Amino acid sequence: MYAQEVKSTGQGVKSLEEMAPDERAFQEKVNAKIKIEPKDWMPEGYRKTLVRQISQHAHSEIVGQLPEGNWISRAPTLERKAILLAKVQDEAGHGLYLYCAAETLGVSRDQMTEQLLAGKAKYSSIFNYPTLTWADIGAIGWLVDGAAIMNQVPLQRCSYGPYSRAMIRICKEESFHQRQGYDIMMKLCAGTAEQKEMAQDALNRWWQPALMMFGPPDGDSVHSAQSMAWGIKQNSNDELRQKFVNETVPQAEYLGLTPPDPDVNWNEDKQGYDYGELDWNEFYEVLKGNGPCNKERLEARQKAWDDGEWFRDGLMAHARKREMRKQAAE
Amino acid sequence: MANDTLVRELALRMGDNTLILGQRVSAWCGHAPVLEEDIALANVALDFIGQTRLWLGLAADLGVEDDADALAFLRDARAFKNCLLVEQPNGDFAHTLMRQFLFDAWHLPMLAALKQSSDRRVAEIAEKSAKEAAYHLERSEDYVVRLGDGSDESHARMQAALDTLYPFAGELTTPDANDEAFAEAGLAPELSVIGDIYQATLTRVLNEATLSPTTTVVRKGGKQGLHSEDFGFILADMQWLQRAYPGATW
Repeated sequence: MYAQEVKSTGQGVKSLEEMAPDERAFQEKVNAKIKIEPKDWMPEGYRKTLVRQISQHAHSEIVGQLPEGNWISRAPTLERKAILLAKVQDEAGHGLYLYCAAETLGVSRDQMTEQLLAGKAKYSSIFNYPTLTWADIGAIGWLVDGAAIMNQVPLQRCSYGPYSRAMIRICKEESFHQRQGYDIMMKLCAGTAEQKEMAQDALNRWWQPALMMFGPPDGDSVHSAQSMAWGIKQNSNDELRQKFVNETVPQAEYLGLTPPDPDVNWNEDKQGYDYGELDWNEFYEVLKGNGPCNKERLEARQKAWDDGEWFRDGLMAHARKREMRKQAAE
Repeated sequence: MANDTLVRELALRMGDNTLILGQRVSAWCGHAPVLEEDIALANVALDFIGQTRLWLGLAADLGVEDDADALAFLRDARAFKNCLLVEQPNGDFAHTLMRQFLFDAWHLPMLAALKQSSDRRVAEIAEKSAKEAAYHLERSEDYVVRLGDGSDESHARMQAALDTLYPFAGELTTPDANDEAFAEAGLAPELSVIGDIYQATLTRVLNEATLSPTTTVVRKGGKQGLHSEDFGFILADMQWLQRAYPGATW
């Protein structure tokens, strides 16, 4: 997940006959499902698209620590606290694998961090919504991690080797995240009336933002075709969104909760659930920086970076001293 | 005092230390100076919360509470037996690391000695926890040295952290009547023995870090439930859900 609006820089999809020999050899490899590795020749557009997508994904993991981290201190039992800590730690770990994968394309983690803090690099819109109650921690695990898995499972087959391998590791952990979220929801829905109300309220608030995680409708997603030809993207946004709705509606029913959309109905013909129009203006506003927590999220990351400068410099200074002492001793 | 009453008191002291320090450390999640530290601090906090479940679980078994959660989430400040050091605010990252070092340097030899406890339950928890504590000390010691002997600014920050926190270190190795009773019953070591090991570690590491304590003041009271004013806010945050929805399960 977490890369919703990646503008690929290709000039439209070319046929094999139109390609120069290098590019043609590359495309034939992709078509034959042979992984592209860092040292292989690749079109500049492919490299740029991947850097954008992987770094957006990495930034999402990093910023994604914040809304959930917000509840670690208030987790209601020691077990819940431990599970949530482990989960947020996993997100940081995912960020690390992904930054490493992006680094194989010639961009450093510091450069990517600068782009994030400067507002030039995006992260998933979902993390700009606030976590208001404990049920939000359940809803995030269930819906947000659920949508992430839906997006990420196909990325395990991405044509770029390092990204594909990072996704294989990440997907294993995400399924644990989704289960812990659903488990929180089950506990709440089997609990007191107040707890159940808390659970319904969280579903009401996270439903639409979760559906938007798949990105704009296919008709508006102009760069998908090239990403698909390059083997970066495997499914269209709407396909994945539909799959997610089909899986999630029965899960909500099992909990005794109702998705906040009167148009959610089983459609016998398409063997799936219909759902109502999403408010894409809200999506674009959040992407532009006008969501409920955009400012807070970036400020928190900026503060961590600024406050940590002396720490990073101090470690470098020590390493230099040690090196000088070593040389002096020789 | 009956043996089980003493074991419970010991378990509360050990478990409250790990609970409160775990709670403090976990607040860094997502806010650390480098990504690797987000991961490492979450790890340390997780170890502490895991150890808390064992210690407070034992204390609950020997008391009237249902479980470790009842002890963590439903006691008021005066019933918490952690040392004052662990409840000190996170401050800047230097304070967090110094607090961690001053605790780890005590925690490891304490757990190593508790492995020999006359109480099997205590010895078993110590056995499990000591491995984690060894890793914690290795890490915090390394940072104290590298940042103490780093840049001018990192040195100044580490020294300032030591100045603030050193007065709270003494409580860890200053015995009260309970500590003496633990030792007499063979449940725990003589604190003076741990104190010698502790001082040796502090001297060695702080020397290498070019840092030095500037005070001999010892501030204590935590073991008797006499905490700092910050403590109530830790509980207000940590216990809020359990208090707001009494009787609910989560």
